[in-house]
Amino acid sequence: MEQQDNNRGLQQRIGYLRALFIFLIAVILFKAWHMQIIKGKYYRALAENNRVRSVIISPLRGNIYDRNGEVMAKNVASFNLGLVPADIKDLELTLKRIAPITGISTDDMKEFIEENRNSDPFSPLIIKDGISMKEVALIESWRWFLPGVQVVVEGKREYPNQKSAAHLLGYVGEISKSQLQEPEYASEPPGRIIGQYGIEKVYDELLRGSVGRKNVEVDATGSERRVLSTHEPVSGDNIILSVDMRLQKTAESALGEKNGAVVVMKTETGEILALASNPAFDPNLLSRRLSHKVWQGIVSNPAHPLNNRATQGTYPPGSVFKIVMSAAGLEEGFIDRRDRIQCSGGMPFGNRVFRDWKAEGHGSVDLYKAIVESCDVYYYQLGNRMGVDMIQKYSSMFGLGTLTGIDLPSEKKGLVPSTQWKLAARKEPWYPGETLSVAIGQGYMSVTPLQQALMVNTVANSGILVRPRILKGVISEIYKRTYEFPPVEVRRTGINAESLRLIKEALRGVVYNPGGTGGAARSSLTEIAGKTGTAQVVGRKLQGAGRFNDHAWFAAFAPVDKPEITVAVLVEHGGHGGAAAAPVAKQVIEEYVKNAK
Amino acid sequence: MLNKGTIALFDWKAFILIVLIMILGLSTIFSATYTNTPVNATPLYIKQIGWIIIGIFFLLTGMSIDYQTIARYAYHIYAFSFILLLVVLVAGRSGFGAQRWIAIGGFSFQPSELAKIATAFAITRYFSDYPARHGYNVRELVIPGILIAIPVVLVLKQPDLGTGMVITFVSVVLIFLVRIRSRLLGILTLLILMTFPFLWHIFWENLKQYQKTRLLTFINPSADPTGTGYHIIQSKIAIGSGGFFGKGILQSTQSQLNFLPARHTDFIFSVFAEEWGFLGIFVLLILYLLLITWGLDVAIKAKDRLGMLMACSIISYFTFYCVINIGMTLGVFPVVGIPLPLMSYGGTSMITTLFSLGILFNIRKKRFLFY
Repeated sequence: MEQQDNNRGLQQRIGYLRALFIFLIAVILFKAWHMQIIKGKYYRALAENNRVRSVIISPLRGNIYDRNGEVMAKNVASFNLGLVPADIKDLELTLKRIAPITGISTDDMKEFIEENRNSDPFSPLIIKDGISMKEVALIESWRWFLPGVQVVVEGKREYPNQKSAAHLLGYVGEISKSQLQEPEYASEPPGRIIGQYGIEKVYDELLRGSVGRKNVEVDATGSERRVLSTHEPVSGDNIILSVDMRLQKTAESALGEKNGAVVVMKTETGEILALASNPAFDPNLLSRRLSHKVWQGIVSNPAHPLNNRATQGTYPPGSVFKIVMSAAGLEEGFIDRRDRIQCSGGMPFGNRVFRDWKAEGHGSVDLYKAIVESCDVYYYQLGNRMGVDMIQKYSSMFGLGTLTGIDLPSEKKGLVPSTQWKLAARKEPWYPGETLSVAIGQGYMSVTPLQQALMVNTVANSGILVRPRILKGVISEIYKRTYEFPPVEVRRTGINAESLRLIKEALRGVVYNPGGTGGAARSSLTEIAGKTGTAQVVGRKLQGAGRFNDHAWFAAFAPVDKPEITVAVLVEHGGHGGAAAAPVAKQVIEEYVKNAK
Repeated sequence: MLNKGTIALFDWKAFILIVLIMILGLSTIFSATYTNTPVNATPLYIKQIGWIIIGIFFLLTGMSIDYQTIARYAYHIYAFSFILLLVVLVAGRSGFGAQRWIAIGGFSFQPSELAKIATAFAITRYFSDYPARHGYNVRELVIPGILIAIPVVLVLKQPDLGTGMVITFVSVVLIFLVRIRSRLLGILTLLILMTFPFLWHIFWENLKQYQKTRLLTFINPSADPTGTGYHIIQSKIAIGSGGFFGKGILQSTQSQLNFLPARHTDFIFSVFAEEWGFLGIFVLLILYLLLITWGLDVAIKAKDRLGMLMACSIISYFTFYCVINIGMTLGVFPVVGIPLPLMSYGGTSMITTLFSLGILFNIRKKRFLFY
């Protein structure tokens, strides 16, 4: 009986237990109802987010051709190793697994990922490019153990001519965080490859094309399962440059190992035929994802290989500037072609003597002889009479001290001093003695090799200042046709044709007259006119000590009677212009003439 | 074994419930492993059919052995499981940071599965041997307390938080069922409340790092969405996105695209919920509930106190496994790694579940027989 009672109590409590279990099941059902029905929409959206991913399709970047159709820049397929941060479950383990393939230490990779953390977590972060087919196969077969690791096929930029025309072409690179903020890249996603220097940068908008997108279904490792929809990318336009690779290579080999720059342009149109700067870099190398070390190595190189000496290097114009002085003197009536002065190797001024480069003097000198033999005393006197502000006026007229407007980035404008400039910049009045230095292209004066070429070009081109340019045509990807651009005339200087004729004749004399300083440019193929120059680095006493040697200039055009081509050569620390720079110009001009025939 | 009387007294209604749940489980295993099955390998749902056949054999075995016989050997079984638990601690095979397995021949065996049943049998035997009409007092609870504490500590040490939790829960249910003196209940409650911070501290300090993070991510899953919170988040997305009708078999994106981890084992409910929706969940839970109430009914109608307690412990295990597993997939329980009975892939779970349900069949059968 007692047992019976006890069991009845137990039965009752089992009843409670049943109530508890029913309650628990009901709670589960209620929770499921809440998640599936009430919040179902929210979770469905999350599931779609998980599953569907918008993937960027990079367009092909436009090719770059020279004026003869030779390829200067193109794309080749490259397999890159990318990490999709959102898909990586265990970063440490993943990095450890891919380290043998990337050859980068896990710490370095981690640092790299940390640096790029702000970019889209669903787009692959390229950690190593140019991996081999064997490595691709390895990664694909290990896919299940490497969630978030992807092989990304990309068009890699290739410059078949390597270092040749490097400064002109520039290079490409991944868009930086600060560039992403700029309005011109507003529609570009992170990770996009854009032009970073040279033509690649200036015409990036034409070359880069527009990205496409596709919606793909991905699995939990981020691997694509199927494509849901596609918006095709638009390839960039191919562009044609005015550059002639044959001349470019000639200019580069003529310059050889010496640091310096060569600018070659078409006299009438201002089209750049060659633009060399030495030392150069390999744009193929810079267009890859560089390790910090390699980049540091390039940036800290004392020779500054990234610096385009043709448009960014500024040097005193030296005696080449006497061309501007002569034009100004003739125009303003300070000199006449028959006027003669006596040069005895120097000119006393104030309490010092301004010396001529030729210690024994040039004797009796007229304009022709002053240019041909580059007599300094003639120009000391002329400069003294004209005053610095008049010199500045004519310098500007010939495009010095202002940007030429060439289609390359970060062009320097150099400096043409004036009394006003000195007051503003140095808080000091102008001293008349300084005018004498400026008159022979020294002192505060500084110009780029491109400006120097343009100045001489203006003389050769009947006083018309044109805008130098590199882009010749665009092969439009959308409109399927080629656009060419007419030359741009910046201004007519209005210099008297007779004055220009006198100067040209004297410039011919520089090369052909027995006393001329540019005899080294004498050619049997065509008649070359030109002017030598020496840009002082430091006071003359230190000369001969290598890096204190003067820079050598030579600016020329040819043929004299109907100029077609203008060349400016600068050889850093080359010494005298006639010896170091003139032969370079001659080689380039002869190559041009050979091809023109 | 299968004599005439056994067949006549076989509870077809409960058996059909069990088979229905197993079929739903099989179809979900089929779907969950569909994309990941290598071409040459035997699909897991085929293997599971094998486990089910073996399991049914065990069910019939459980049904044929007199539960009173089992009770007679309860302490022996308990001692045996204790030895196995010690062996696993010393020489066990670890998986996922825990040492839970013993390899015998080609098979892996989880001693904690035996331990939980052995513990239930042992305390059932004790309570049945020493009935106390007006409830038990402290002194009488010392022995069952020790019987519970030993396996719980050993299982937690593996560490197997889930099994430890379930053994504790079932023991509490049993103590509640046999009644303890209300004064004692008050003292015990007070004692637990007073020592709770201290106990919690010991508990927390003894957890492995992965268990701590599991508990922390249970509290806030979005704190580490790609790490440990990943399971819970992906599981909730799978279940929630199922909606009312579900996405259909093989159409579950969360599962087919591998977002769901452990989806044919611990997270099989998430796959089921994604593919069959609320409608499917409703049907499944009703099936489970019918089986549970059937089991409690067996308990109520059992012919003796031993049968009642044994039936209750078996069905409590079953229920807690279901509730904790589903609660874990819904994100209302921390991830403790216990399977969903009759649904999850796995031999040990299938065999022990069906064997213990077989004992229920035996208890039910015995009430019709008079010796």
